[in-house]
Amino acid sequence: MTVSVEVGETREEVLVDDLTRTQIVQYAGASGDYNPLHTDEVFATKVAGYPTVFAHGMLTMGITGRLITDWLGAANLTAYGARFVAQVWPGDALTATATVDAVREEDGQRYADLSIVTRNQRGEKVLTGTATARVG
Amino acid sequence: MPVDRFPVEAGHVLLFARSIGDLNPLYTDPDAAAEAGLDGVVAPPTFVQASAQFMEGYPLRPEPGKPWFGSGSTPSGLSKARAADEGSGSGSGRGGGGTGLHAEQRFEYHRPIVAGDVLTSTTRTGESWTKQGRRGGNLRFTELITEYRDQNGDLVVTATGVSVATERVVEQEGS
Repeated sequence: MTVSVEVGETREEVLVDDLTRTQIVQYAGASGDYNPLHTDEVFATKVAGYPTVFAHGMLTMGITGRLITDWLGAANLTAYGARFVAQVWPGDALTATATVDAVREEDGQRYADLSIVTRNQRGEKVLTGTATARVG
Repeated sequence: MPVDRFPVEAGHVLLFARSIGDLNPLYTDPDAAAEAGLDGVVAPPTFVQASAQFMEGYPLRPEPGKPWFGSGSTPSGLSKARAADEGSGSGSGRGGGGTGLHAEQRFEYHRPIVAGDVLTSTTRTGESWTKQGRRGGNLRFTELITEYRDQNGDLVVTATGVSVATERVVEQEGS
C-alpha cells in the first residue's frame, strides 16, 4: 500500500523526548554493536575522555526512520541515507523533519525523494539524510 | 560487513524494533504483516546493521575468554593488558582517537527484508579521501560497501558505510 504526496509536503515528529542510557544499551544488544563508548560509562569517561556515553549513529538513524515509515509505509523505502553530524547524548530530545523534494515516475511507478533533518532540544542538527520511497 | 549466514528471525526483528522505539505492527506482529501481503514481519530500514551479530570475530562484541576493552576490574581491560606489556598506564584509549567513527550510512533497498529470509553478505572497500578536520588533525574517510543477498542469491540491500578516523585524538567541544 502506498500513499500520495506532493512536492513541498513536510512532516515533523518528536522521536524521543529523553533518550536513556538504557535505550542505548538496548540498541547495543539488538544490533550487536557493544562498543563500550556507547554502553560503558566508566570506559567512555575514564578511558576515552568523553563526558558520558553517547548513542550509536545507527541508533539515531534507526529512530529517525520511523518518521519516514510511519508516513510512507514500512515496506516502501527504496533508499535511506544519513550523515551523523553531531553526537547524541543521554537526555537528548530528538525531533525529525522530512520534506518531499521531488515526486517522479519511473517505469510506471511513482517515487518521492525526501530530505530529512533530526535536531536535538537545542535545535542543533544531529543527523541529515535523504530517503526515497514508492508512493501512490 | 561480511557474513556467511544471517538468518532474519521474527524475535530478533522485534528486539531491534523495540530498541529503536518503533512498535510498527509490520515489524512486531506476524498477523499484521500477513494481512499486508508480506511473508513475515518486515525488518526496519536499518536492521541489516544487526548482521554484526552473525559476523565471526566482530571486534565490537565481547568473546568468552578473550580480553575486552570495556571496563571490568580496571576502566579498560586493554589498558590493564597494555600497562602490563609496556610498563605504562597511557591514558589515551580507543574510540577517542585511533579507531574509526561512523560518519555516514546509506542503504539501497531492492526489496523489503522479511523474517524467514536467510541473507549472506560480502563487503568491499569503496572510495577513500582525506579532509582537514575542524578541531585538529586530518580526517581520513573510508567507504565500505556491503551487498546483502537472499536465499535465492538475489540482491536485497546494498549498504554503504563511511567511517572516519582521526590522525590524533579530537578534543571534545564544550569540555
